[in-house]
This record gives sequence, structure tokens and C-alpha cells, in this order.
Amino acid sequence: MEQTGTPLVELKNISIAFGGIRAVDDASVDLHAGEVVALLGHNGAGKSTLIKVLSGAYKRDHGEIRVNGEPAQISNPRDAKNYGIETIYQTLALADNVDAAANLFLGRELKTRWGTLDDAAMESEARKVMGRLNPRFQRFKDPVKSLSGGQRQSVAIARAILFNARILIMDEPTAALGPQETAQVGELVKQLKADGIGIFLISHDIHDVFDLADRVCVMKNGQVVGTANTSDVTKDEVLGMIILGKCPPGAVPGPGAMETDRAA
Amino acid sequence: MSEATSTAPADRARANELGPVGSFLKATELDTRMLGMVGALLIIWLGFHIFSGGIFLTPRNLWNLSVQSSSIAVMATGMVLVIVTRNIDLSVGSILGFVGMIMGVTQAEVLPQYLDFGNPAIWVIALAAGIVVGVVIGGLQGYIIAYLGVPAFIVTLGGLLVWRGAAWWVTSGRTVAPMDETFRLMGGGPAGSIGSTASWIVGIVACVAVVLLLYFGRNQRKRFHFPLRPVWAEVFLGAVACVVILGAVAVANSYPWPIGIVRRYAQENDLTIPDGGLFIAHGIAIPVLIAIGVGIVMTFLSTRTSFGRYVFAIGGNPEAAELAGINTRWVTMKIFMLMGGLAAIGAAISTARLNAATNAQGTLDELLVIAAAVIGGTSLAGGSGTVAGAMLGAVLMQSLATGMILLGVDTPLQNIVVGLVLVVAVWLDTIYRRTVQ
Repeated sequence: MEQTGTPLVELKNISIAFGGIRAVDDASVDLHAGEVVALLGHNGAGKSTLIKVLSGAYKRDHGEIRVNGEPAQISNPRDAKNYGIETIYQTLALADNVDAAANLFLGRELKTRWGTLDDAAMESEARKVMGRLNPRFQRFKDPVKSLSGGQRQSVAIARAILFNARILIMDEPTAALGPQETAQVGELVKQLKADGIGIFLISHDIHDVFDLADRVCVMKNGQVVGTANTSDVTKDEVLGMIILGKCPPGAVPGPGAMETDRAA
Repeated sequence: MSEATSTAPADRARANELGPVGSFLKATELDTRMLGMVGALLIIWLGFHIFSGGIFLTPRNLWNLSVQSSSIAVMATGMVLVIVTRNIDLSVGSILGFVGMIMGVTQAEVLPQYLDFGNPAIWVIALAAGIVVGVVIGGLQGYIIAYLGVPAFIVTLGGLLVWRGAAWWVTSGRTVAPMDETFRLMGGGPAGSIGSTASWIVGIVACVAVVLLLYFGRNQRKRFHFPLRPVWAEVFLGAVACVVILGAVAVANSYPWPIGIVRRYAQENDLTIPDGGLFIAHGIAIPVLIAIGVGIVMTFLSTRTSFGRYVFAIGGNPEAAELAGINTRWVTMKIFMLMGGLAAIGAAISTARLNAATNAQGTLDELLVIAAAVIGGTSLAGGSGTVAGAMLGAVLMQSLATGMILLGVDTPLQNIVVGLVLVVAVWLDTIYRRTVQ
């Protein structure tokens, strides 16, 4: 699937180092509206770190972020949210000691006209969105830490879609889910995609995401191995990219591709 | 949405069968932990009453107890927020000492140069100056903790030494006295109490407020079709709250002024004292009213505002709070500013009560405040605690101290007992949390 026009978001030549380790090294990737891009790679390949630069959790050392073609200043999570970038973190990033509604609206509470928290309205909204995601969910009064893994995951997902995100980042979104819930998340991704939302899907398991994604971007040792439309490559070729860093003919090689391939 | 949720089977484990006590607690939604604390307090009170030969549960002793608890209770409300965010403030006692000196010097030495003796502006300016200094000190410590990343333990340990030294420095160690007439009202005493009529009015207003709160809470739940408490539970809660409030007022109103003060008052107002003496009730003491007011404001702040929500979210998971877009540093700094302001209010109460500002004032108060918050159920691991619990904790600590004095327990033994109670209380709380979860 060829995309034309200005990408929704572009990450250009992003680098970030922790101590002496180059966690992300000169990585570039873009995302169009209504597109699902899967970021693949081994554990420690730099996928999560790259995406945390976009979500404002980390500050990049070098490189540029553009949203709708305009350079974007993202230095903390609040900035990212102002650009409509919502993130579901691998760790879920939930405040364990407060309830689901409080987590959904954390940082963006609904207020009454007196300026106080409108807990009833927030719980009501929470019931609506959770009813869509996970109709069996009933435990709105319990602190999130007492919920099961799948329930916690649905709270984290609900939080990301509640505020009309334009760019959604899902870091291992199905890691804690059973087969049925994983299928539900797949449905959700298709639905959000149809709404014109751009989605980054991050996974170390190609089988989770290959069918959902329009494009794959493979990272290895902090560098981009290559980017390809899922229609142009096979799963085995993508596995080769992940494991060996070997870029197949159907893919656009990045700086992390094996030297031999670039010569060939 | 209710259709969708009501038809689907509820996604939860099967509830245990509830006994009568369990269903009572479920209907009233009372906090069992808080009930346990109230129970412990009542047992301590009864125990002291019996062993002291019936002098603990007297209007006089309870009234004094309430006044003595208020300074610590005020500061404990702030310490809850500090501890909830996984910080600690060891400097509150020293801030109290320094701010007390500032307020003392302002009203006794600086302002009299410009204003007439007894000018009503004196106490206002002195109090305002103290609160500003308290907030600035808290803000400074908060800035170092939140933005420069020095652990709160270290910063406030430094503060403990710095502000105690500063308190000494203000007057080179000299005690400042006396305080302004009006300022002294904040310390209690016969003059610093509001009398019986006003006390009844306060009590009735409080009862009406409780009933209204229950009523509006119920309406709000109805509006969104949330489960409601049974009517009998609402009525029960309202009735218990009103009985407790009016009972407390009755106790405060049955503690009369001492004979000497009554005699002087009668002379000044040309009254003749009837046979059997003139009964003038203290009523609720002003410091107690201040503490209750602070408690209400802090409860509101911690449960009804986004600031309070952020405080608890940070305590539960600091990283998640930051990722959710909360400006965690600014929130942390605000908490310490609040703590500084509350230490200043505590300083006003204790300097007014002592009618003097000394450089040793508030020594070791930080430990009482932390103990009150922790006994009141604030978890040092962060993320949980209530303002009301901490205030109850302050009353409990003061009850132990007062009770042991009444029993004539030796001073060293008093400290041993308080220390043991603190450890045992937290141990019981740990067991409680483990069983509940």
C-alpha cells in the first residue's frame, strides 16, 4: 500500500544514548493517517526507546520529529498528548492505588462547575468506554492493582482511545492478554484505523502484528534494518531482518542493514 | 451503556457470604480501618479513665486534650500528603520553631514601633508574615527535592538543623514574650474559646452540613444510576455523625471557666456572683476550630481536587503519573509549600498557647507528626493515607501522653510506651493490610 501526501508523523534521524550505549542510533520512520506500522525487533533492539522519544518520556539527543509536516517540540508527555499522541506502554503505566476511572482521566480530569473533580461523570464516561472494550468489566470502584492482567490492559487501552488520539502507540499491547482478548484488540486496531488514526504497533513477535500492519519497520541494535510494505515481503523475510539484519529485495534498507546486502 | 453492562455476566470472583457485621459494613460503606482506630482510641480512653480513678473522661481533660492535639493535628494533615508521595519531612518541628520566632518578633518587637499597642492589624500581619515565611521555606525545600533531585530525607534533615539554628539566630536565643492579645486567642484558654452559644451554633451547622452532604451524595449517585446505600444506612450514618458532633459540643460546654477568671470577669462586668458560683462554659477552643477547619480543607483538597488526585497517583506509581502528563515536580513542590504553610499555622497555635516564642519550640514535633500520620494509616510505601486518619492519630498520640501524665508514669517510661505503641500500631496495620488484600 503506497502512501502519498504529508505523513501524520515523521521521526527523522533520531538518536539517543544512555551512558555509553546508543539505544537508538540514527533511526527514521514515518506514519500516515489510517496506517498501521509495526515496529519489530528483538528485546533491546531500541523499539520502545524510539517510541518513548515520540511519546515524550525520553528526550532525544539528535534528530527531528515532525507532526503533519511541522516540526514538533516534544519534551515531556504533556507535549505529546497536546499533539494527539497517545501511548499504551508495555508496563501499562497505571497508578495502581486509584480506580479505573481515575486512571482513565489521570492528568485530564473532568471538573464540576466549582472546579472540583466530577467523579460521577468520570465514572459514567469510564463505564461507556469500558463497555465498548470489555463489556464484562464491572470493577469500577476497585484500585487498579486488584484487577487481573487483562483488565488492567483494557484500562490502559481505554485511556489511550478516550481522548480522540490521532496517533496511537501500542507497545506490546497484547502481552498480558488471552486469545479472545487479543482478537478483540485486533478488531479495535482495525476500527481505529478506519477512523483515520495512525497506529504504531510494537512487538517482538511478528505473528502478533503481521496481519494487522500495513508496513513493518525492523530494528536491530538501535538501528533501523529496513522498512517494507507487508504485501512486498514474507514473514520469513521479515524474520531474517529481525534475526540477521538481512534486508530482502522488497524492503527499503536502513542504516542497520547488513553491509553485504547494501553492496548487492 | 447500562444495557451493555447489565446483560453481560459480571467479571469478578464470587463474593463471600456476608455475616451480619459484613453486610452492615457493606451497606454503610464505612472504612473498617478507621473504625478500628476509633475503637483503639476508645479503649485507650476507657483504660486511662479506669486506671486514673475517673479523671480522664472529664470535660476538663478532654477539652485540654483537644487543645493540646491541635498543633500536631494541623501539621499531620500535610504530612499525609508528603508521605503519600513517598517523601518525608523531618524539618516541620524546626520550621515551627523558626516561624514561631518570626511571628513573635514581628508582633512583639517590629510592629509596635509603627502601630499602637493592641492594634488589630498586628496579629493579622504577624500571622500572615509567618505563613508566608513557612510557605517560602517549604517551597525552597520542595524545589531542591523536586527539581534538583536531592532525596527529601536529606533535604529536610538539613532543614531540621538549618531552621532550628535560624530560630536561635533571630534573637540570639532570647525568648520573645508576650504575644499580642488577639493573637493569643489562637492558643485557646478561657478567652480563646467561643463560649457555649456559639459552640452550639457551630455544632448545629456541622450537623446540617453532614445531612446535606449525605443528601447530595445520594442525589449524585442517583443521577448516574450508581448503586445506592440503603436508606437505613444513610439515616444511621447521619444520626451517628450528629450525635458525635453534638456530644463533643456538650462536653466542651460543660467545662467551666476557673473560679479566679470568673471572679475577675464578674468584677470587670459588674456582675454579682450567685451562690454556688457562676457557670461560664469554655465552649470549643479556637485552636480546635482551626484544626478542624484545616482538616476539612485538606480533606477536600486531597479527595475532591485534581491536585489531590495527582498526589495519590504519584504515590501509587511516580513513573505512570509522569507518563500520564502530570507535572510531578511541580506537584511535589506544592506539597512541600503546603507543609510549610501548615507548620506556620502549627507555630501560630503553639506560640499563642505558650504566650511566647522560644527557639526550642517544636523540638521533636516532626517525629510526633510523622507518628500521627503513620498511626493514622498513612503508608510509608506511598500511595495511601487519609487526612482524617492522621488527625485521629494525633489525638491518639496526645491521649497516650496525657493519660500517662495523669497516671503519674515516669517521663522515661512515657517515651518507651509511646515508642512501643508506634511500632505495634504499624505492625497491626501491616497485618490488617495483608488480610484485607
